[in-house]
Amino acid sequence: MAEALSPADALEEALETTTRYRSLWGDAARRFSRNRTAMLGLAVILVLAAMAVAAPLIERHDPSFQEYSALQQSPSGKYWLGTDLLGRDQWSRLVHGARISLSVGFLTQAVALAIGMAVGLAAGLGGRSIDNLMMRLTDVAYAFPDILMLILLLSVFGPNFIMIFVAIGLVSWPTLARLIRGQILSLQERDYVLAARAMGATRIRILFTHLMPNTLGPVTVAVVFGIPFAIFAEAALAFIGLGLQPPTPSWGRLVTDGFSAIRSSPHLVLFSSLAIAITMMAFTFIGDGLRDALDPRGR
Amino acid sequence: MLAYTLRRLLWLIPVLLFVAAITFTLMHLVPGGPWDRAKRLPPAAQANVEEKYGLDKPVWRQFVNYVFNAVQGDLGVSYRSINRPVKDIIWDGFKVTATLGVLALIVSVVLGMSLGLLAALRQNTVLDYASVTFATIGASVPSFVLGMLLLIVFSAYLHWLPSSGWGTWKQAIMPVTALSVLPTAYIARVTRASMLEVLQQDYIRTARAKGLRESVIVLRHLVRNGLIPVLTVIGPIAAFLVTGSFIIEYLFAIPGIGRYFVSSISARDYGMIMGTTLFYATVVVLANLIVDILYAVVDPRIRYN
Repeated sequence: MAEALSPADALEEALETTTRYRSLWGDAARRFSRNRTAMLGLAVILVLAAMAVAAPLIERHDPSFQEYSALQQSPSGKYWLGTDLLGRDQWSRLVHGARISLSVGFLTQAVALAIGMAVGLAAGLGGRSIDNLMMRLTDVAYAFPDILMLILLLSVFGPNFIMIFVAIGLVSWPTLARLIRGQILSLQERDYVLAARAMGATRIRILFTHLMPNTLGPVTVAVVFGIPFAIFAEAALAFIGLGLQPPTPSWGRLVTDGFSAIRSSPHLVLFSSLAIAITMMAFTFIGDGLRDALDPRGR
Repeated sequence: MLAYTLRRLLWLIPVLLFVAAITFTLMHLVPGGPWDRAKRLPPAAQANVEEKYGLDKPVWRQFVNYVFNAVQGDLGVSYRSINRPVKDIIWDGFKVTATLGVLALIVSVVLGMSLGLLAALRQNTVLDYASVTFATIGASVPSFVLGMLLLIVFSAYLHWLPSSGWGTWKQAIMPVTALSVLPTAYIARVTRASMLEVLQQDYIRTARAKGLRESVIVLRHLVRNGLIPVLTVIGPIAAFLVTGSFIIEYLFAIPGIGRYFVSSISARDYGMIMGTTLFYATVVVLANLIVDILYAVVDPRIRYN
C-alpha cells in the first residue's frame, strides 16, 4: 500500500515511538492491580468461584444427605464445619451454596443491566418525549420500596430459582437506567462527540465508538456494587421465608436454618453469615478498586 | 424554588397512582383470597363478607373505589384484625419503625461524621487508619448478619441484653447497633473524602495564611463546605433506615410495620398491602424531594428550574 498516512495517523505513529500508547482500560488495569485491597477482593472471589465450580469435587458428603446419627455436631475432622439440625454436612452445603449465591449475584445484575441499559439508552438517545416517558417510568420504579416489591413479586410468581433472579433484577435496574441516561446525555455535549458529528459520523457510529465505551466504566462500577446487594437481598428473602426453598442450600437458607438453632449450635449461623459477609466485602473492595482505577480524578 | 417544589409535589400524584395500580394488579394475581382457610366458610357467609368489603365487584371497579376512598384519606379496614382501620395499624407500626430508624440515623450521622472529620484532620495517623478500617469493614457487613452475631454474643452467651421485643432502652441497643453500622461506615467514608478535598482548597490556605484560629477554619470553612456531599448520601440513608428495617424487625421480633406487611401478604389482606406500599412510596418520594431541596439550601450554586 503506497497510500500516504493521514495527518492523524502520522501523529499517532510519531507519538507511539516516543511514548507508550495507553488505553483507558490498560491504564485502569494497571492502577487496579496496584490496589492491594481490590486485589485481595478479587482473590477471594476467584477462590469462591473455583469452590463453586468444583463443589461436587470438594464436598465431603452429599449436601442434602441427612445423617440422623450426627445431628447438630460441632466442627470435627469428619464434619469440618459441623452438621445442621438434620445432620447435613455444613461444609458441603456451604460449598454448594457458593454456586447459588454467586449466580444470584451475577445473574440478577445481568437482568438489571439489560433493563437499565434499554431504558437508559432509550432515554438518552430517543429525544425529549421518550426521555420524559422513560424517566417517569424510572421514577415510579424508584418510589416502589425494594423489599415490598420483592415480597409481592415472589408471592405472585412463587419463590423459584428464576423468579429470584428476575425479581431482584427488577428492583435493581432504576439506578443503572439513571446512570446510563445521565452519562449519555452529558457525553453528547462533549467536544469530541460534536467533532465526530461535524465530520459526518453516523449516530450508530457515535453510539458505539464514543458513547458506549465511555459509559462502560461507571456502569461496571455500579454493577459490581450491585452484586453484594443482590446476595444480601436473597439472604434477606430466605430469612422471611421467600428465598429459594429447601433443600437448595443457598447461603440465605443456611443462615435462616442456623438461626433456629442459634442457642444450641451458634457455629451454624456463624459460618454461613461469615461466608455472606466475606463475599460482600470482597465485591465492595473490587468495586472501590474499579472506581478508583477508572476515574483517576476521584479518590 | 417554590415552583420547583410544587411541581415535584404534584408529580407525587401520578407516581402514587401508578404504584397503586401495579400493587393492585400484583396483589390480585397472588393466588387465593382473604377467606381461603383450612376450614372453608359456608358459601353464603363467604358471599356476605365479599359483598360487605366490595370484593364481589369487578376488579377494576374495586380499584376505582379504592382510589376514591384513599384520596379522601380512607385506606379501608384490615380483614384480619377485625375491622381495624388500615391507617391506624400502619400508624402504630410506623411509630415503632420510625423510632428505630431515627435512633439509627442519629447514631450513624453523629458517629459517621465525627469519625470522618477526625480521620481527615489527622490524615495518615493511627486514628485515620482505624477509622478507614472500620469504614471499610462496616460497609460490607449486612445488618442482619451483624444482628445475629450480636444476638449470639450479648444474648445467648452473656445474657446481658434481651433477645427480642421493643419498649425499653435495653431492647433498643442491639437493633439500633445492627442497623446503624453500615450507614455509619458509609457516612464516615464520604465525610473523610469530602473533607480531604476541601482541605486542599485555596480558601483554606488563605484562611490559614491570615492567621485564623484552627477552630474557625474547621467550623466555618471546612465543615460547611465539606458537608454538601455528605448531605447527598444522608437522604437515601434516611429513607433506607425508615423503610428498610424489615429484616431487623423480624430478627428482633419488633412490632414495626415490616412484620405487618410480610404477614398481610400471606393473609391476602388487600387493604394492608395497598396501604403499606402507598405509605412507603410516599415516604421515599418525599425523602428524595427533601434532599433535593436541601442541596439548593446548602449549596447556592445549585439551581432548579
